[in-house]
Amino acid sequence: MNEERITEKLNILADAAKYDVSCSSSGSKRKNDNKGLGNASNGICHSYTEDGRCVSLLKILLTNHCIFDCAYCVSRKSNDIKRAAFTVQEVVDLTINFYRRNYIEGLFLSSGIFKDADYTMERLVLIAKKLRTEHKFNGYIHLKSIPGASDELMNEAGLYADRLSVNLEMPTEAGLKLLAPDKSHQEMIKPMGYLKKAIIQRTEEKKIFKKAPMFAPAGQSTQVIIGATPENDNQILHSANYFYKNFNLRRVYYSGYVPVLADSRLPALNTSVPMVRENRLYQADWLMRNYGFHVNEIVNDGQPHLDLDIDPKLGWAIRNMHEFPIDINKADLRMILRVPGIGVQSAHKIVSARRFGKLNWDQIKQLGVSLNRAKYFIICNSSEFERRDLTGNNIKQFILATSHSKYLKNTQTQLNLF
Amino acid sequence: MVTTLLYDGTFEGLLTAVFEIYEHKLGKVNLLRKEHYTETMFDAVMDVVSDEARATRVLGGLKKKLSGMGVQRLYAAHLSGMDREENNYIGFIRYVFDSSENVEEDYGNRYVMRVSEIVRMVRREKHRMEAFIRFQKLQDGTYYSVIEPDFNVLPLLMKHFRNRYADQKWIIYDIRRKYGMYYNLHDVEYINIDFAETNKASDIDGVLSEDEGLYQHLWKNYFKSVNIQSRKNTKLHVRHIPKRYWKHLTEKI
Repeated sequence: MNEERITEKLNILADAAKYDVSCSSSGSKRKNDNKGLGNASNGICHSYTEDGRCVSLLKILLTNHCIFDCAYCVSRKSNDIKRAAFTVQEVVDLTINFYRRNYIEGLFLSSGIFKDADYTMERLVLIAKKLRTEHKFNGYIHLKSIPGASDELMNEAGLYADRLSVNLEMPTEAGLKLLAPDKSHQEMIKPMGYLKKAIIQRTEEKKIFKKAPMFAPAGQSTQVIIGATPENDNQILHSANYFYKNFNLRRVYYSGYVPVLADSRLPALNTSVPMVRENRLYQADWLMRNYGFHVNEIVNDGQPHLDLDIDPKLGWAIRNMHEFPIDINKADLRMILRVPGIGVQSAHKIVSARRFGKLNWDQIKQLGVSLNRAKYFIICNSSEFERRDLTGNNIKQFILATSHSKYLKNTQTQLNLF
Repeated sequence: MVTTLLYDGTFEGLLTAVFEIYEHKLGKVNLLRKEHYTETMFDAVMDVVSDEARATRVLGGLKKKLSGMGVQRLYAAHLSGMDREENNYIGFIRYVFDSSENVEEDYGNRYVMRVSEIVRMVRREKHRMEAFIRFQKLQDGTYYSVIEPDFNVLPLLMKHFRNRYADQKWIIYDIRRKYGMYYNLHDVEYINIDFAETNKASDIDGVLSEDEGLYQHLWKNYFKSVNIQSRKNTKLHVRHIPKRYWKHLTEKI
């Protein structure tokens, strides 16, 4: 390997891939039962960048040559940047050697579209196949499904990869049309539909024949860019909900738009990245997936924006004061999960622990509950509890006064159109 | 009266101490590692000699009262080697034996809660090691790594690394506790390496494989290229990778 050349390629192609935020390496169950290299199960973040994001996978583009001209993308055709391309062998060597040193959990391979969709997809699949068959590599592989690639290639990809993803990029069809004139919303959704069916079918087969091959065991995910187009949180979360429900996606990622290009259709270059909003969207997404909230409870036509000062769970609670206070020693798990300051783990611990005796404030605190928030919404085995008749707004003020937001210095408001 | 029990710090010793407590019907006890004891005049002191048969009987009793996971957790907590937590383990074990049902999820009990907290700390350190261990390839093809974990987590790491790196020889060496694990492609064995005064465990530049420098260089470059400058957040970065781990992380050296 020519050290200088490979270093330059890695710099260019890692730099171009970093705006893809997914770095998850969990949710697969690939075992190392062929005395080969690696396994994939719960996911490990091996390092963290200085912006605080997890580094779990070697995330690179095969090439940043691209025939498309999407306004939000650094690799777009009309952008004057250095271009590079890895050979199949280079990607394989990098993956294996990084993995053996415990730098990474596996490979996240994406690519600019060169020639056509099938030609590009074929190369991605070839790399995954080589890793699995020639190197007995059982680490995690995430491949990008290239919209427009044939079903046969998608099928092959599913046999070698743990996760596949298509980035929707814009939360709505109109947004996509504006910024990515070469891409069609329908074409992007098509591979998702195909993979969803294939995953369901293969999982059924696997239940009957233990030896049936795995097919994308970590499922599908997608990414939408936030803040490049004027969609509000209501539209974004409903669109995410639609994909969770209809395509069995494991995750939807929200990527705050980083201004990289000057274009009249996009926010100006000096706009800051909407990090708080991105964070609130992830919190809302968590509520939908793990806390039993319906999307309409978080955002709706009357409440189209997430509150930037407080998290969406607290937001829901202060809009629904009639549901509280609840008795921690009696309420069902579903309601305990809805109390601000109580997470999934502590909710389960509460339900386990109260079988042995009623819990008081000290014990609840010991279980990991943040009483600073929870105390306004619960009662327990104690004569002390919040007796004042507080409005939702009072509570919000009290909580804000006693906590310091990590984001306060760079808050910014969401674009309000009316 | 409080009886002071002195033991050798092993799990077997802890279980033997429990046996002695029930055997001699001791009421209040204070279990200490021998090296933590300073003699005072009025103490009733008892030396606990680790005894496999006695420990096994206590372990058998625990297995009847707890789930397999519950026993594992007690073991992991003790493995932490945290100072002066022994009385919490004794409290936990006594509570388990004195209850008619399985109490391992009774988090309202302070001993159960404390064991659960310690387990959380140990598991976290184990997970960090699974993430932060960095191997360097030696000339003979062995992958070598040096660690300094907060707790004694090597035994908990064995399964993970044996499953993951089944086709390469590797060594993980805990320089704080001066012992390591060596995987020879078949089994994992515990090892002690005698490093000469001038030769520290982390000084291995002379014996590295030819391509080691290249891959370290590529990894450092990769780490720099994936950072997004406009999102810089040092506080978050340091919370995820506390500074004490930096000196063994290739990308942070």
